[in-house]
Amino acid sequence: MRILVVEDDKDVAAFVVKGLREAGHVVEHTGNGRDGLFMAASENFDAIVLDRMLPGGVDGLRLLETLRAQNNHTPVLFLSAMAQVDDRVRGLKAGGDDYMTKPFAFAELLARVEALTRRGKTDAPTTKLTTADLEMDLLSRSVRRAGQKIDLQPREFRLLEFLMRHSGQVVTRTMLLEGVWDYHFDPQTNVIDVHVSRLRQKVDKPFPVALIHTVRNAGYMLRPEEV
Amino acid sequence: MTEAALPREDAPQDAPGDAAPKTMRVPRVPTSIRLLKSAGVRFGVIYAALFGISAAALAAFLWWSTAGLLERQTEAAIDQDSEALIDHFLEGGPTGAMAAIKDRVAGNIDDDALYLLVDPEYHFVEGNLNAWPAHMPLDEDWGELKLDRAGVPALMQVHYFELPGGYHMLVGRDIAVRAQLGRMMGGALLWAAVIAVVLGSIGAWAVRGLFRSTISDVSATALAVSAGDLSRRVRVAGAEDEFDLLAQAINDMLDRISRLMDGVRQVSNAIAHDLRTPITRARTRLEDAAIHASTDVELRAAVERAMADLDGIVGVFQALLRISEIEAGARRSAFAPVDLVAVLEDLTELYDVVAEEAGMTLLADIEPSLPAFGDRDMIQQAVANLIDNALKFSPIGGVIRLSARVEGEMIIVEVADQGPGIPEADRVRATERFFRGETARSTPGSGLGLSLVQAVAHLHGGEIGLFDAQPGLRAVLSLSVHHPIEPHLAHGSGLR
Repeated sequence: MRILVVEDDKDVAAFVVKGLREAGHVVEHTGNGRDGLFMAASENFDAIVLDRMLPGGVDGLRLLETLRAQNNHTPVLFLSAMAQVDDRVRGLKAGGDDYMTKPFAFAELLARVEALTRRGKTDAPTTKLTTADLEMDLLSRSVRRAGQKIDLQPREFRLLEFLMRHSGQVVTRTMLLEGVWDYHFDPQTNVIDVHVSRLRQKVDKPFPVALIHTVRNAGYMLRPEEV
Repeated sequence: MTEAALPREDAPQDAPGDAAPKTMRVPRVPTSIRLLKSAGVRFGVIYAALFGISAAALAAFLWWSTAGLLERQTEAAIDQDSEALIDHFLEGGPTGAMAAIKDRVAGNIDDDALYLLVDPEYHFVEGNLNAWPAHMPLDEDWGELKLDRAGVPALMQVHYFELPGGYHMLVGRDIAVRAQLGRMMGGALLWAAVIAVVLGSIGAWAVRGLFRSTISDVSATALAVSAGDLSRRVRVAGAEDEFDLLAQAINDMLDRISRLMDGVRQVSNAIAHDLRTPITRARTRLEDAAIHASTDVELRAAVERAMADLDGIVGVFQALLRISEIEAGARRSAFAPVDLVAVLEDLTELYDVVAEEAGMTLLADIEPSLPAFGDRDMIQQAVANLIDNALKFSPIGGVIRLSARVEGEMIIVEVADQGPGIPEADRVRATERFFRGETARSTPGSGLGLSLVQAVAHLHGGEIGLFDAQPGLRAVLSLSVHHPIEPHLAHGSGLR
């Protein structure tokens, strides 16, 4: 994927660029809002990682607003030290697709950027999700694995749906909390781990091959074995 | 913020006490100017002036009514007298009138009446005035006449008549009494003025004294507070009058300010002390690894642990910022109706699995209708914090009860556990930032959970109460059903 990183802090930018490249992406970087706007508007990117406070007269919000005014819908993830609830709301209102505050864990950033690019592709309404021998029918709200019906609680269903929609991608605990429960705070207890473990009992335990994998220091990934 | 470096919160309270006497003095101003500038004197002068004006108004009214009465009486007497004389003139001609006038003059012992009859040439015919007064105006019936009667100046009210045959007649009465009354009134007025000044001055003094005793206490308190002595309070006399209300309002304000100051001090102390510990730990781990790690694996493990420490520090920072964000009240603009039932059922659903996994039971007893008004995310987080706490401290096999109900204007959300609870002495401090009770020290946590719950409660016009659940802790969170206008005044003051 082609990703543009607009970030003026050299250390942070170098770290992000290096990490994204290691994950197999093509990355362009600029530390200046004006150049960032120019690049974002003139080239095609799959996603943009954007800082809020930028030198060059165009800050992150302005950049994004200008871009959206030109009907450019490239997914944008804000990466900012401005962490108040209002800042977040403003960023999302301006057309941002996701908002992360500094300091951040790279695994979280990578997972979210990849989730963003996937979101762009699967906007068409789907009625059926499939990963390996696991099938989910969104209309009848039923789940089968290897032809065998699996009974899930409504919340377990939504959790599995989220994992399947992001199949092959790392999904962090925060992403699950936001995406499945719509909670924007970090509980002190390991609630997500417990819920995922419950889900595993039903989806993975009775079958020889596990689909839900724990990604160390990051979160979870649903994927067919050996991919 | 410089106080953050000081060891504990008793230190900053001593320092301002020393500084206070230097800055507390009222600036020196000459006495006369100070008197004029004194609001007490000004009020006193206004009081005296009002007093004088009302006295003068009363005197003027008395003057007009008594003088008017006298005048009417005089006129009536003159009319009666002259009518009789005119009758005599018409019946008996000039001689009849002369006899009547003679009678009257002879009978007038007080010598307060005036009669004069003259012929068409204004020659004296009869009366007690020698000649027709030169300055007697003839175009009016009534007039006032200044006369010199046997060397005594007299003021007469006279009535002028034209009689048949070209005769003229004057009938008058001495009105010296009226002048006398006027003089008396004037004297009384003067005395009244003197008394008004005296009483006014006394009143002014009293008002000034009242001002001094109350206002000066307020200003002295304000000065002391601005000099740094936040413990000073305005004296409340207990009379429950306006001054007491003012004193109470000022004291409430000072309480709130000192609470906020305490908060700032706590946070700076916390940053100095409580954050130093994890930062030190992270630094030590990194340094230790840099010096002693012999393998890549060891080094990596140390770095990862240090990263986890740093994440913890960031978490504390975020929690602190969120609490101050909530306390600032800025988020109240985003308040909206919240269906608390859905919020609590979601939380129950999120946590009962966790409780089960930990060998506990989460029981929920939620009323079917809980219409709240507020910020959904914040209420979620506050209740989640309470449940987190309960899970953290409950023994295996313990039961955690979550209940919610409407009580009057408030929604009450209760979370009760069967853990060790919080000792009574610690309960008041439990909501302070970074406070961690003896029992909590061995468990992970930042000591900010209940502070956040309290901030959320205050923002929603409510309160967080901690009680003994025998055994365990019962945390009672109340939230106002309506939009809270000023939650701190209504509920915050009773807290500490």
